[in-house]
Amino acid sequence: MIEMDSNKDVIILAIETSCDETSAAVIKNGREILSNVVSSQIESHERFGGVVPEIASRHHVEQITFIIEEAMEKGEVTFEDIDAIAVTEGPGLVGALLIGVNAAKALAFAHNIPLIGVHHIAGHIYANHFVEELTFPLLTLVVSGGHTELVYMEKHGSFEVIGETRDDAVGEAYDKVARTLGLPYPGGPHIDRLAHEGEATINFPRAWLESGSYDFSFSGLKSSVINKLHNAKQKGEELSTEEIAASFQESVIDVLVTKTMLAAKEKKVKRILLAGGVAANKGLRRELTAACSKHGLELTIPPISLCTDNAAMIGAAGTILYLQGKRSNDRLNGQPGLVL
Amino acid sequence: MNGLAIDTSTFVMGVAIMKDSQLVGEFTTNLKKNHSLRLMPAIRQLFEEAEMKPKELDRIIVSEGPGSYTGVRIGVTTAKTLAWSLNIPIVGISSLEILAQNGRYFDGLISPFIDARRGQVYTGLYRYKNGMIIREMNDQLTLHHDWLEKLKDRFTDERILFISSDMDKHQEALVQKLEDQAVIAENTDLVLRPREMLRIGMNKGTEGGTHDFRPNYIRLAEAESKWLEGNQGEEIKNKGE
Ligand SMILES: [Zn+2]
Repeated sequence: MIEMDSNKDVIILAIETSCDETSAAVIKNGREILSNVVSSQIESHERFGGVVPEIASRHHVEQITFIIEEAMEKGEVTFEDIDAIAVTEGPGLVGALLIGVNAAKALAFAHNIPLIGVHHIAGHIYANHFVEELTFPLLTLVVSGGHTELVYMEKHGSFEVIGETRDDAVGEAYDKVARTLGLPYPGGPHIDRLAHEGEATINFPRAWLESGSYDFSFSGLKSSVINKLHNAKQKGEELSTEEIAASFQESVIDVLVTKTMLAAKEKKVKRILLAGGVAANKGLRRELTAACSKHGLELTIPPISLCTDNAAMIGAAGTILYLQGKRSNDRLNGQPGLVL
Repeated sequence: MNGLAIDTSTFVMGVAIMKDSQLVGEFTTNLKKNHSLRLMPAIRQLFEEAEMKPKELDRIIVSEGPGSYTGVRIGVTTAKTLAWSLNIPIVGISSLEILAQNGRYFDGLISPFIDARRGQVYTGLYRYKNGMIIREMNDQLTLHHDWLEKLKDRFTDERILFISSDMDKHQEALVQKLEDQAVIAENTDLVLRPREMLRIGMNKGTEGGTHDFRPNYIRLAEAESKWLEGNQGEEIKNKGE
């Protein structure tokens, strides 16, 4: 447990620019959101069918000071009130990360405020801290467009990745399957929606990998869906999009939930967290909730607004680092492959 | 007047500080090293040496491009965030215009350029006149070969001074094409000098807002121009029908 000096609030200004969201937030004592401004670029990337790194970077540099100003105004703070500036240093798109990192360094220098580099996934995990006081040990299932990981935490700020994807991230598999089905970008939410309208009649493969492994693999499943569609098309058969979506989603969720339960048992945790953009998936939320209650595990899921990329979560994780005395210096850099 | 100048538009990294209207410090490297890592330490060191605080600044001057997209963004992000948070104006200057300053006192035309890969350069045309470097032709992205053709056609009897820290890649073609007409700047004059940004930028108007300040890339992102090509194709097809 980290003790806060009860006399003084800790105010963190947080910045997140790792992908296609420009975001800034003001966080009080690690668990209270004074403001969380998120400027999404989805519309700018839609016509390209995915995030174009150069275009994301161009947007970030145009938006950055505007978004920080809005966050500070909404949070009703001035630079004198801010104890530290937390910024995502990685992983992510390097050109995008650099905007947040350099803006944060400029603010820290101009106003002589401590600077803290934060891991993006630590941020996703700590989005749960806004919902509930975290109790340890715990296990987090991180699912997003770039990540699929099982992270074990013994205490605050300690992360052990016990399983991760060997190929596609969950969100990536969703987007690719969605594209094959002719759904608009980003496709994940569309599949989730269609899955609820259809029956899982097709038995798509589940990649369990070798026994005892908590790693994931979704490329086989993705190929299987694509093949199924291709074969049907050649035979002139009409497949129901809803049934494909439901069957694909069932396979994904089955693997995610089963592996999470196995890992929870082995690691003897009492609490499960769900994190990352795919945590917005209704099917996953429902199945994970059911499994946790069956196994007597406590489950925390952030509200959807805190599942997708946002600076509030970076502020929550940054507060822990701040209280642990961790600081970055002027040489802080964007690190696309930063390890948790 | 106190000012800070920042340039990271190419491999060259430059920072300069003006205090009480005097140039008091300048830091320039011409190395293939990471700007994001090294810019802020360089700025901090100059402030310490000059015994200045960021809050004493009156304005920030930055090279707005063209150049390396990422490089330009590192400088612009740092500059505009400093300017906004210190509530002082930001002034942008073309990286080519700054480079052209190294040709001051040259009697003729000045063509600074930055390599843009695949035979292309960002370049422009300037002239030293009445104690100032003035622009003769707009900054542009062009095939180096085409640019030299154009200069040869248009300016038959004038000498042209070429300045670029990418000179090694282009010197041969340049001399071959323009022969005696081409003058290559001295080795130590090929690198952009941030002090020149202070000289120009401290007197420049500051009308634009800080939030809206953006790099001048000169060219669209590749995905964007490809998309436009595709869609213009559609439009032309539709018109033809
Ligand atoms: Zn994320």
